[in-house]
Amino acid sequence: MIDFLNQHGSELVTKTWEQLYISGIALALGITIAVPLGVILTRFGKTAKVVIGIASMLQTVPSLALLALMIPIFGIGKIPAIIALFIYSLLPILRNTYIGMEDVDPILKDSAKGMGMTPLQSVLKVEIPMAIPVIMAGIRLSAVYVIAWATLASYIGAGGLGDLIFNGLNLFQPDLIIGGTIPVTLLALLADYLLGRLEKWLTPVSLRS
Amino acid sequence: MPEKNPIVTFKDIEKVYRGGNVAIEHVNLTINQGDFVCFIGRSGSGKTTAMRMINRMLEPSGGVILYNGEDIHKTDAVKLRRQIGYVIQNIGLMPHMTIYENITLVPKLLKWPEEKRRKKAEELIKLVELPEDFLERYPSELSGGQQQRVGVIRALAADQDLILMDEPFGALDPITRESLQELVKHLQEKLGKTVVFVTHDMDEALKLATQIVVMDSGHVIQNATPSEILQHPANSFVEELIGEDRLMQARADVTTVSEIMLKNPVSITPGRSLVEAIRLMRKRRVDTLLVTDDDNYLKGYIDIETLDKSYRHATSVSDILNTKIFYVVDDTLLRDTVDRILKRGLKYVPVVDHAGKLRGIVTRAAIVDMVYDTIWGDSDAEEGAPGLENTENKDNPTKSDSASSSKEV
Ligand SMILES: Nc1ncnc2c1ncn2[C@@H]1O[C@H](COP(=O)(O)OP(=O)(O)OP(=O)(O)O)[C@@H](O)[C@H]1O
Ligand SMILES: [Mg+2]
Repeated sequence: MIDFLNQHGSELVTKTWEQLYISGIALALGITIAVPLGVILTRFGKTAKVVIGIASMLQTVPSLALLALMIPIFGIGKIPAIIALFIYSLLPILRNTYIGMEDVDPILKDSAKGMGMTPLQSVLKVEIPMAIPVIMAGIRLSAVYVIAWATLASYIGAGGLGDLIFNGLNLFQPDLIIGGTIPVTLLALLADYLLGRLEKWLTPVSLRS
Repeated sequence: MPEKNPIVTFKDIEKVYRGGNVAIEHVNLTINQGDFVCFIGRSGSGKTTAMRMINRMLEPSGGVILYNGEDIHKTDAVKLRRQIGYVIQNIGLMPHMTIYENITLVPKLLKWPEEKRRKKAEELIKLVELPEDFLERYPSELSGGQQQRVGVIRALAADQDLILMDEPFGALDPITRESLQELVKHLQEKLGKTVVFVTHDMDEALKLATQIVVMDSGHVIQNATPSEILQHPANSFVEELIGEDRLMQARADVTTVSEIMLKNPVSITPGRSLVEAIRLMRKRRVDTLLVTDDDNYLKGYIDIETLDKSYRHATSVSDILNTKIFYVVDDTLLRDTVDRILKRGLKYVPVVDHAGKLRGIVTRAAIVDMVYDTIWGDSDAEEGAPGLENTENKDNPTKSDSASSSKEV
């Protein structure tokens, strides 16, 4: 253990940082696009089904294949990896945002409108706060996926903890494999925990269970 | 009487929902400032639809709605809604906002400063007799009735003149319901608010409304004051809605004694013999006889008990005449006398004209047929029975209102 850390310590830190960096950006992009899109979709009944259908289809493309597909378009390195992971992050967030928003009691939407809220005010002050727990569940799910799949990004030269694992596989060095896997798992767990805290903080007091 | 300024006018309004479902057809309606208008009708008759067109929650398919003289279609819907208080059918408090935030939602949209909002909320929460610390609670921490109260005051927070309420007291126990009814009535009467109120409870409508709009399958069947509705229901549908009991009560309000009296009372003159009297009783199967003189003036009565006790030493009707008799005057309103008649337990009461001539009798059965139910109703006990507790005191001439006379002859 000490040996391993002595030998690979600094590498571990850099790779973990890369992993975090790739997933973080992908997830942030995912949230920025998918949450508003999900909200907008609730205003377009039929289009919504189509868009969510497309997102579901993208989700089923095997991750390695998706990464490989990125190469001819974006080349290799961090950018294509981030784009691929971003695509993966979309669906859970989009779907949950859509469902969460749709599930807001119509009485409350009616009440908001009836009191003279503009549609935007209704979304921001009523519908999103009510949908926060569901939206956050989607984000947490995406975060865990993205962090795990970011490992594969090393295949297209994006770096990250995948480098350690795949080196380990190639060189038959189990300690490298384990040394790469454990931080991935820890990262995923940590992200889930932190987002859980965030969820709690964002959820209106009276809706916390 | 506040002056009659129309606040809302429906001009030939029509509403057809998608799919061709006609919910409102050719409705013309004027709601005046300060009125309490109840929309009443069966489920699906279009009450909610009609109401929601006032604040543009729904757009009519045809016709024009004026709010303070302006075509609402040409105004900004959001602004309009902030001017009109609205209590939706299911209260709709925001569960994620405190009671304070709920109450001051519209003032906040209108950008009132925090102080002013706080003051308003405190004032309103007092109005509905809830403790001030409830302001910091969430709706889920309030009982259903308390939530309803908040729902009502929320519609007032921005000093709206017009308040729309869609069956606001639907699922409440009678006591809470009553106190809330009093509250809204107070708001309308004392603060001069105009209230449009949807209900399918006729009692509620009769109690609160200054104007009742009866709706059936998208049409206004009748639009009138409660008493007009009660006394002249437009058709059998309205009658049915009002219900048998209330119609009886309403009839008691306008019916005079002479309208329900029997016109051939059994009577006898004082000069007749007791033998004749007893024969007459037997023949007509009655146990008392009214006694009138030859000109048909009511003199008193004789009954079988006295007759039985004294036939040995008395010979004529005048010997056993009982002059202590309760009677009513023929043009008296039934509602003013009926409770007395019933209270005394009389089987019948003679009816005389103003001169004192016997005109007929009102039997207990006839009264019972008509108004029995309503006699014990609370509203009648207040206004229909002045001097109720005095009815045993026949000899006090000052006690009664002029409408009903009971005295000795
Ligand atoms: N959004 C809608 N789309 C189609 N039809 C509707 C819609 N809303 C109401 N209706 C129909 O319009 C008619 C009137 O409905 P409305 O809600 O105004 O009735 P209501 O008198 O308020 O009834 P209730 O006492 O049950 O609340 C009904 O036949 C109803 O089915
Ligand atoms: Mg309704």
